[in-house]
Amino acid sequence: MPYGPHAADDRARMLETIGIDSVDALFDDIPEALRAGPLALDEPEPELELSVRLQALAGRNRTDLASFLGAGAYRHWTPAVVDQMLLRGEWYTAYTPYQPEVSQGTLQSIYEYQSLLAALTGLDVVSASHYDGGAATAEAALMTCRATRRDRILVSRAVHPHYRETLETYAEGAGLAAEEIPLVAEGPLAGTTDLTALERLLADPERPVAGVVAAQPNVLGLLEDMGEIGRLAHGAGALFVSVIEPVSLAVLAPPGEYGADIAAGEGQPLGIPLGYGGPYLGIVACSDALIRQIPGRLVGMTTDQDGRRAFVMTMRAREQDIRREKAASNICTNQALLALAASIYLSAIGPHGLRDVAATGASRAADLEAALAGAGAPRLHGAPYLNELVVRVPDARAVHARLLERGILAGIPTADLLPDEPALADGLLVCATEVTTGAEIDRFAAALRAELAGMPVAGGAA
Amino acid sequence: MSVVGERLQPTIFELSRPGRGGGKIPHPPKDALDRIPASARRATPAALPELSEPEVTRHYVNLSQLNYSVDTGFYPLGSCTMKYNPKINEWAARLPGFAGLHPMAPDAVAQGTLQLLHELEGMLAEISGMDAVTLQPAAGAHGELTGILMIRAYHRSRGDVDRDEVLVPDSSHGTNPATATMAGFRTITIPSASDGGVDIDAFKAALGPRTAAIMITNPSTLGLFERRIGELLEATHAAGALAYMDGANLNAILGHFRPGAAGFDVMHFNVHKTFSTPHGGGGPGAGPVGVRAHLVPFLPAPRVIREDDGSYRLERPGERPASIGRMRSFFGSTGVLVRAYAYIRAHGGSGLREVSDDAVLAANYLKVRLRDTYQVPFDRPCKHEFVASAADIKHRTGVRTLDIAKRLIDKGYHPPTIYFPLTVEEGMLIEPTETESLETLDAFADALIEIAHEADADPDLVKSAPHLAPVKRLDEATAARQPNLRWRGMTGAQMPCPD
Amino acid sequence: MVPGDLRYTKDHEWVRVDGDEAVVGITQYAADQLGDIVFVELPAVGRALGQHDAFGVVESVKAVSDLFAPVAGEVTGGNEALGGSPELVNSDPYGEGWMVRVRLADAGQVEALLDAAAYEQLVAEG
Repeated sequence: MPYGPHAADDRARMLETIGIDSVDALFDDIPEALRAGPLALDEPEPELELSVRLQALAGRNRTDLASFLGAGAYRHWTPAVVDQMLLRGEWYTAYTPYQPEVSQGTLQSIYEYQSLLAALTGLDVVSASHYDGGAATAEAALMTCRATRRDRILVSRAVHPHYRETLETYAEGAGLAAEEIPLVAEGPLAGTTDLTALERLLADPERPVAGVVAAQPNVLGLLEDMGEIGRLAHGAGALFVSVIEPVSLAVLAPPGEYGADIAAGEGQPLGIPLGYGGPYLGIVACSDALIRQIPGRLVGMTTDQDGRRAFVMTMRAREQDIRREKAASNICTNQALLALAASIYLSAIGPHGLRDVAATGASRAADLEAALAGAGAPRLHGAPYLNELVVRVPDARAVHARLLERGILAGIPTADLLPDEPALADGLLVCATEVTTGAEIDRFAAALRAELAGMPVAGGAA
Repeated sequence: MSVVGERLQPTIFELSRPGRGGGKIPHPPKDALDRIPASARRATPAALPELSEPEVTRHYVNLSQLNYSVDTGFYPLGSCTMKYNPKINEWAARLPGFAGLHPMAPDAVAQGTLQLLHELEGMLAEISGMDAVTLQPAAGAHGELTGILMIRAYHRSRGDVDRDEVLVPDSSHGTNPATATMAGFRTITIPSASDGGVDIDAFKAALGPRTAAIMITNPSTLGLFERRIGELLEATHAAGALAYMDGANLNAILGHFRPGAAGFDVMHFNVHKTFSTPHGGGGPGAGPVGVRAHLVPFLPAPRVIREDDGSYRLERPGERPASIGRMRSFFGSTGVLVRAYAYIRAHGGSGLREVSDDAVLAANYLKVRLRDTYQVPFDRPCKHEFVASAADIKHRTGVRTLDIAKRLIDKGYHPPTIYFPLTVEEGMLIEPTETESLETLDAFADALIEIAHEADADPDLVKSAPHLAPVKRLDEATAARQPNLRWRGMTGAQMPCPD
Repeated sequence: MVPGDLRYTKDHEWVRVDGDEAVVGITQYAADQLGDIVFVELPAVGRALGQHDAFGVVESVKAVSDLFAPVAGEVTGGNEALGGSPELVNSDPYGEGWMVRVRLADAGQVEALLDAAAYEQLVAEG
């Protein structure tokens, strides 16, 4: 056993104290018919061999590609100080801070995280974390139903499809109805939420809506008129959930400024590695009015008996261990270490740095747009975007595959991301961030030009 | 308390000064945002603090030193399994090949991770006697919701739409009934039997055509193996219901009991308990779910498939229509799962069985050492944890379990789990795990015994503990009545800065 | 000693009759069991309650408890002071810590509740 602590005669001494001959006696109460035989697993692997195996597995992934893939997870530069702090055992091997006297580090860091995200989102109450953007969005939708006592949720098709699928799973379990708001198909607002359709969906007096969910930027990278969506939602007595991307909040109007009641989103861009999807950081924030509905832990500032400032988990009676079947959510273990990572990232980057990350991404994306348009793949949409965009590419899946062979991860075909949107049949969703280089953009454009040039000319319009 | 630093720290907002820090990211061109309409732009910059890197470092190092942690000392927290977190796991998760992989990357570039995940599913299935595993859930509670939603889908697929009840023992973790509610079920709580186990006969009486599932923790949350589990599982299936096992206590039975083989239909694992992934101050964990064959169609999508040529791919949308769908954004908390994979490979089957052997041995040793000073209500061997009660001490001296817990902090230990499960008066749930030395176990027992004597000799000393922690007992009532959940204003402070 | 002029329920609520209305709260015993009360959720004015209906929630730092209507009737008022000062339930549960006023549907229901002596015996028996 690689981490066993026992010296040669320790076990014997313990057995003697207990008064038994063998540890097997302590398992006698397992009915014989139900006792397991030896587990059919590979032999134990000592650390050296194990490290070779793990290196080999990691080596089978290709991370040498020039990547332009976003779609809900983003490449960013994380200052080195972040991981150096996360490697401290006092952070990552600590338990949930139920005993506040010996957990002031974790508790204060969560309070600071809540404060940082409140500043970014413009909303007052931020939970200590949720699992990821999809689960956070699902639980935000459930919040709207609890708060309004209605059971119908409207979700824009421009919210990430994985988030919508997660929301549907949660809604189905809770007996709630989640319906989709279509996208504008043509014209300057193509690819954004269809507000006329939204108004129509909100107008049914027999089926009042609990919450309207829309993303900013949306999954196609486009900027929506969030203020108008909020006005429509509130006009019908519904709450407004905004799905956010935290780096963009350095430059875009935050949910608190345009009337969102709840914000949900993915904190991965704040110093958290791509890691094939997790562990990530679910962000949930809400207005003060909804404080008793928010799922997850909350840390508050208080004093100790000598008047020292101190931090403690508070409003605990909302949570599952106390409210049990009446709890708003069953969440217990959350993503505390990732909230810490985000806090350290924001502390290290600072407000000007975060703005620069967002603005540099926007600048590189504009360069990318120009380069790809020059290569024969113009933007598909006209609405403004920040750093993610769809370009028109005929036979996009095949082009994407061939670019991959050339070492370029050309985003994702929109036909794969949103197969039910005919207008997106021939597109690639690509993004740029502060780590995207001019050389990579040039390489992408050159390869794309070559691919498009080598393709047979289509008989009609693309 | 052997905390290296006892200095409370100002918040990052109080350390902020205009002009500090920055310089990590090149400046963009001045016109970078001109094409963004003003109506979509922030009116005022976000009020984030400005700190230099040295200040950031000192802040987070000093804060960390206010924490107790497994790397610092012993954490006998029942039901949490605070075992050692191996460092090779940290190294593995950070390998650039794993850490740099995008979750929507094409399968062809993700073969290493897909292989690891596929192998991990197989290992967990073998450990649990289940037929298939999903790695999607981000935590145990998330796994519970996944499992209960699959049970719901299973019954509906058979036209069995009237099953709206879930049976749960009163000793269960709060997540169980909360999960049932999230999945649209009513919870029926069954009181425990006097021997600490579930009341099988009460369960049988409650089972019926409205029962969708029972949720059982085995060993129970009191650390006792359910001897009549076979009978309970038979009765459950005879009533047409399914049996869910909360796998929080799996550390007690690795290599000894395989829930799927024994008759459970579905269970979750807490990899941050049994499989050593670190607790992180409240996560991340992961809660994979194992199922028997009849539930495989309903597993969350996408699953990872191994092709005949040895390559791996994700299921395509629509490939398995009965799936309950997605439980989260992407495939799973892969970084956490890499750690669990490394742990299981390091141990193998024989090593995992030794883990349970040593965990159970350590718990029984501590139980014997403490049983003359504290009451241990159940007179049979425990598994990996046991409950000790301070009810006698309370009646005699007025000192409560809460006070004993706070006094343990002065002795240099994190307290055990207290007041859970609620079925034992003034209870402490103690779980040493298998990675603690005999010296540590003995020193801990000595400390608890010493506190019991202090309770008799000087009860106020115990009732006013902790004395040696960075902060003393907190005003939790005001914190809840007048919540202060975020820093307001970047200048000045609501309360005096400790410095 | 609990106030002799009130009636009680086995769920540790008390009732005081005031004209055609009943004033309802929880007993000192209940408040002590819960610990420091931090939040009280009360029903809206106008809501019709059946006897034994769950009409609200009392939260303490570490526990939560449902409130059950001891008598049937329409809610005519809630103690708004509890919003800012939930601790009144701990310090003055029979006075300033009152919770709701209900227009009695059936005065006979009050008579059927426990008197002070019966309630104290209930508490003594544990």
